[in-house]
Amino acid sequence: MSTMRDDIRRGLSDIWPAAVAAAPIGLLFGAVAASKGLSPLEVFLMSVMVFAGGAQFAAVELWATPAPVAALVFSTLLINARHILMGASLAPKLQGFSRWQKFLGLYYMADENWALAEKRARTHRLTPAYWFAMVVPFVAGWLVNSTLGATIGAVLGDPKRLGADFAFTALFIALVAAFWKGRVTFWTVAAAGIASAVTYRLAGPPWHVAAGALCGLLAAWLAAGSEARARAVAIEEAEA
Amino acid sequence: MSIDPINFLAFLGMAIVTYFTRVAGLALAGRLNLSPRAQAAFDAIPPAVLVAVIAPSALATGWAETAAAAIAALAATRLPLLAVVAVGVVAVVAFRAVM
Repeated sequence: MSTMRDDIRRGLSDIWPAAVAAAPIGLLFGAVAASKGLSPLEVFLMSVMVFAGGAQFAAVELWATPAPVAALVFSTLLINARHILMGASLAPKLQGFSRWQKFLGLYYMADENWALAEKRARTHRLTPAYWFAMVVPFVAGWLVNSTLGATIGAVLGDPKRLGADFAFTALFIALVAAFWKGRVTFWTVAAAGIASAVTYRLAGPPWHVAAGALCGLLAAWLAAGSEARARAVAIEEAEA
Repeated sequence: MSIDPINFLAFLGMAIVTYFTRVAGLALAGRLNLSPRAQAAFDAIPPAVLVAVIAPSALATGWAETAAAAIAALAATRLPLLAVVAVGVVAVVAFRAVM
């Protein structure tokens, strides 16, 4: 039987590598947000209110003055839609949580602490002590690093001079590689890229995000269907 | 140090939809049964959105950006995240200098 102290210690030791890996990403996020004209206080507010790395990066890439609110909210909803599945999978494992611990704890559910909690739940009962021991330092790190990055970025000046405006594009390419699942992802990326670039040229921002994302999803749907059919045909042939 | 009211409105909207996605799972738990095709489309959401966001800067800005994006994509097949960012940034600075 694990005590609360053990769970806290365990949560801290599980989360620290992820928190260290996220530190430079937080700094980078803050710096590029500053280059779009967001103040360090605004960067802090966005991080504390939204707390979603991928969605925040996408938002800052789309940022303009005045802020295109509908496009930003829509892009955020799309990118974070995966949380619905993550939460549905985690929810039955939160039996040791009170109602408010669930609603408070899930506010800061991110890819990293979700994955660690799922892993922990395979062998142990998931406790609030473990969850919050992971969440508190992870969130604190993101807030400190993104705000610090914004403060430093404001001093550095024009990011284009250093190629920093391209850091987003490179970062997103690296993130796509992390989501890679073979052929279906290839068609998703090809359709999303072409549809987005064409829409950007013809209709201008922010429509390229919705057009590209929806064409990417459609391509995934079609590619996955043809894959399932190919498998079914292979099974029929094997049985014949 | 200031907070633009329209920026704050954007943060608020982003925070509300994000929190919705995080707690929606509580209501759905055990009731979500996606077909393999729907599951594939759902899994494709992050890469589709990420690519849709960067496509203008990677494909519709200039040759230097498109070439640097290709090199970053190649780097992404073997290097960790931050190394890919470094390779992409160095490549774009070099291509902009020569193109």
